[in-house]
Amino acid sequence: MELFQLTAHQLAEMLKKGEASAEEITRAVFARIYEVEDRIQAYVTVTEETAYQAAKEIDRKRREGEIPGPLAGIPAGLKDNLCTRGTRTTCSSRMLENFVPPYDATVVKKLAAAGAVFTGKLNMDEFAMGSSTENSAFFPTRNPWHLGYVPGGSSGGAAAAVAAGEAVYALGSDTGGSIRQPASFCGIVGLKPTYGLVSRFGLVAFASSLDQIGPLTKDVRDCALVLNAIAGHDPLDSTSAPFPVPDYTSYLTGEARGVKVGVPREFFGKGLDPRVGEVVRAAISRLEDLGAVVEECSFPHAEYALPCYYIIAPAEASSNLARYDGVRYGYRAAPEKGGNYNLLEMYMRTRSEGFGPEVKRRIMLGTYALSSGYYDAYYLKALKLRTLIRQDFNRLFEQFDVIVSPTSPTPPFRFGEKAGDPLVMYLSDVYTIPINLAGIPALSLPCGFVEGLPVGLQIMAPPFGEGTLLRVAYAYEQSTPYHLARPPLKGEPEQEPVEKTGP
Amino acid sequence: MMAEYEAVIGLEVHVELRTKSKAFCSCPNVFGSEPNTNVCPVCLGLPGVLPVLNQAVLEYAVRTGLALNCEIASFSKFDRKNYFYPDLPKNYQISQYDLPLCRNGYLELEVEGVKRRIGITRVHMEEDAGKLIHGEGEDADCSLVDTNRAGVPLLEIVTEPDLRSPEEARLFLEKLKAILQYIDVSDCKMEEGSLRCDANISVRPVGTNVLNPKTEIKNMNSFRAVHRALSAEMARQCAIWEAGGRVVRETRAWDEEQGTTVGMRTKEEASDYRYFPDPDLVPIVLSSDFIARVREGLPELPEARKQRFVREYGLPSYDAGVLTSSRPLADFYEACVRGYPDPKTVSNWIMGEFLRLLKASDLEVAETKLTPSHLVEMLELLKEGTISGKIAKTVFEEMFRTGKRAREIVEARGLVQISDEAELARVVDEVLAAHPGVVADYRSGKEKALAFLVGQVMKATRGKANPQAVNKIIKEKIQ
Ligand SMILES: [Zn+2]
Repeated sequence: MELFQLTAHQLAEMLKKGEASAEEITRAVFARIYEVEDRIQAYVTVTEETAYQAAKEIDRKRREGEIPGPLAGIPAGLKDNLCTRGTRTTCSSRMLENFVPPYDATVVKKLAAAGAVFTGKLNMDEFAMGSSTENSAFFPTRNPWHLGYVPGGSSGGAAAAVAAGEAVYALGSDTGGSIRQPASFCGIVGLKPTYGLVSRFGLVAFASSLDQIGPLTKDVRDCALVLNAIAGHDPLDSTSAPFPVPDYTSYLTGEARGVKVGVPREFFGKGLDPRVGEVVRAAISRLEDLGAVVEECSFPHAEYALPCYYIIAPAEASSNLARYDGVRYGYRAAPEKGGNYNLLEMYMRTRSEGFGPEVKRRIMLGTYALSSGYYDAYYLKALKLRTLIRQDFNRLFEQFDVIVSPTSPTPPFRFGEKAGDPLVMYLSDVYTIPINLAGIPALSLPCGFVEGLPVGLQIMAPPFGEGTLLRVAYAYEQSTPYHLARPPLKGEPEQEPVEKTGP
Repeated sequence: MMAEYEAVIGLEVHVELRTKSKAFCSCPNVFGSEPNTNVCPVCLGLPGVLPVLNQAVLEYAVRTGLALNCEIASFSKFDRKNYFYPDLPKNYQISQYDLPLCRNGYLELEVEGVKRRIGITRVHMEEDAGKLIHGEGEDADCSLVDTNRAGVPLLEIVTEPDLRSPEEARLFLEKLKAILQYIDVSDCKMEEGSLRCDANISVRPVGTNVLNPKTEIKNMNSFRAVHRALSAEMARQCAIWEAGGRVVRETRAWDEEQGTTVGMRTKEEASDYRYFPDPDLVPIVLSSDFIARVREGLPELPEARKQRFVREYGLPSYDAGVLTSSRPLADFYEACVRGYPDPKTVSNWIMGEFLRLLKASDLEVAETKLTPSHLVEMLELLKEGTISGKIAKTVFEEMFRTGKRAREIVEARGLVQISDEAELARVVDEVLAAHPGVVADYRSGKEKALAFLVGQVMKATRGKANPQAVNKIIKEKIQ
């Protein structure tokens, strides 16, 4: 395999042995970006210059006898809703097209301290709203397994970049499945950690009570390494958990014997593509072969998760996105030719020109749900449902160590296939959303293919059960070949490449 | 025949807390800096940033709640109040809605000798917004935003509609201000906006319990303005009822210059703030230990201090009430008494000259150049007979104005009292010689003539003569 195809831990081993330098690895990754980015279109902004500086700095340290950590000198991409000091952070929105934050997100600071080499900012659905990266205001990202298919969303750029070797790993954000679903579509590992395990400071908020930052990696060991680097209490985020975190690699034993695995029947019913169901059931059998104790179970409130989510997430989003008004930063609409406008007109023009249709749809939904007279009927009811969903999980975790399901009900779909009907698109996240509502951790890892397109297995654990999650995932991964497969970049793009907006 | 009316008044008071840093970030909380200098990504609400509650804000709020006899909630939370306004960086304000930190308190007033208990409905925490500066002249078409104030911690104190007259409202505010200053949570400067007040007022015939439509009065920026505005609004409402009309529910602004309240444009619909729990801030859970600790840390409050002044210094209740009406004044008094242990004399000087000069110069105790040691030194000069009581007033005024020490002033201006008999006798001789007619009057029994002659001696010595000695000398010389 070439350098860009290797995992972070493989590259770290080479760096340690002196078989490659950080600069060489960085060159290999940028060469790959030049080679395939025209077809994939994962990056909104590439930061080549600072990447080489960081790589050289790591090489210098190593020459001087320092032994940097396992992620030092490894090229990583960042979803474009993670604030980067001095590098624009667009959220793939016209609204923030030229926004350059004066601060780094805590996760960016932590990775930088760990010696990460940042390759750039990755495309996403605008403000993380969507399941296909078709809602990016700039251009869609393509699935490296077949260019005619979507990479999933909203961390589609991040997942595609990692799968295609345009970054060794990436950080994404997951509000209703935005790390796990694209990881599943692109055949890589994606983890949504427990709410509060990773600081949200510097993550441009979509729905604050659901958002969580997590890694997208080529395998489970990389996932544990990245989690080690970004987890932990942050005084800048009052929702971040105030206790120490373990070394997650210590859970990678390869053992799954005796693990109690619950399989909720509600996740295998109507709406599940039978081909995906077949692949996932085979994966569950594999777990049984490894000595796990598998049992069917019930998740009675599963069907309410989607409607509950589509009240809470837009409600919070409507408030979080109110600051984009053209007054202080970001996009401001000009008055009509030769005319003038008052404050209200400026607000309205700015927001109607600056936001895309999906963002507007959710702002309207959320504003409605919070309005007096509707609050009790929608928002309050959704909060109650959320409690019921949490209780379902609590009950299940009294019985099981982990719960498994498909990550997405379907394999990757073609561009435009679902874009016309938001309700159909929303179903893409039906298996991932309950996890965000409950705040528990879940991981998606490759478990097979349907017609050459990847399928993901979702594993869920109780709050702060990341260790168990990684243990089971690693045992499964080590007994299967799927994490070793690399995408062929086949098929034809459905659309002409769109000219990209440079930094 | 005119019915007699009473007012039904409730107040909403916003108090700016004097914490070192803002409510949700570490920016300095100070007044009067250059625009947009005390700001950071958090208080500007830039994309991606998160608020973290300043623990001092919580402690100050609990302290206030306890001083106002409130129940302190062991569980409360922050909510977002959503509305678009250019000086509100996030377009929502972090506030508290259905679960305020403190509720069901009261404050006791004494109105014309009658004790009145005014209910405190709630006290909650929130953040301030920025300030709009509207362009003038050439810049009339632009507005500027100063966000220094954004994120400054506020308490909103809401009373029950228990106040019955504009005078009571003013007394309430004075008492509230004294308490807030005593517990050291705010400097309560109305002119700097650190104490702001809106009032709801309706009127009804005395003896009835009807609740008539109320109006809300805004824009009052001094205690005097509150009193005047409520009096004017009360008169306006009474006149409407008398004329057989109906008061409409609306928001009105106080026009200081015209001395009237004026209707503000009323919105067609009530505002919908779409309150919901702020997901960026965890709920506030307070242990009873924490609350007990804050309670123990409370200083002596005005009422208790007044009682102690009567007990410890033997002051009349009236003096004790005036001296303890503000913490700086009471502290000043006690510092003086420590240096010059004659409580009533000190009280006389503070209640007389000091308060008169404060009022005339519109200054707060802390803003004057006069310190307790100034007054102590002057009182010692007076006691040892170096200066006369009359000179003392001159010296006091100059100390107040310039901050110079009493001895320095007395020496520089040659104000030392003349008690030397020989020297005084010489001046008396001159005066007697210059006014033979008055001397004759005195001899013929006109007592008033003596006062005139003493006055002339004082004049000739520019007030330095010891009046008792002069009296004695004149009497001796004329007989
Ligand atoms: Zn700040």
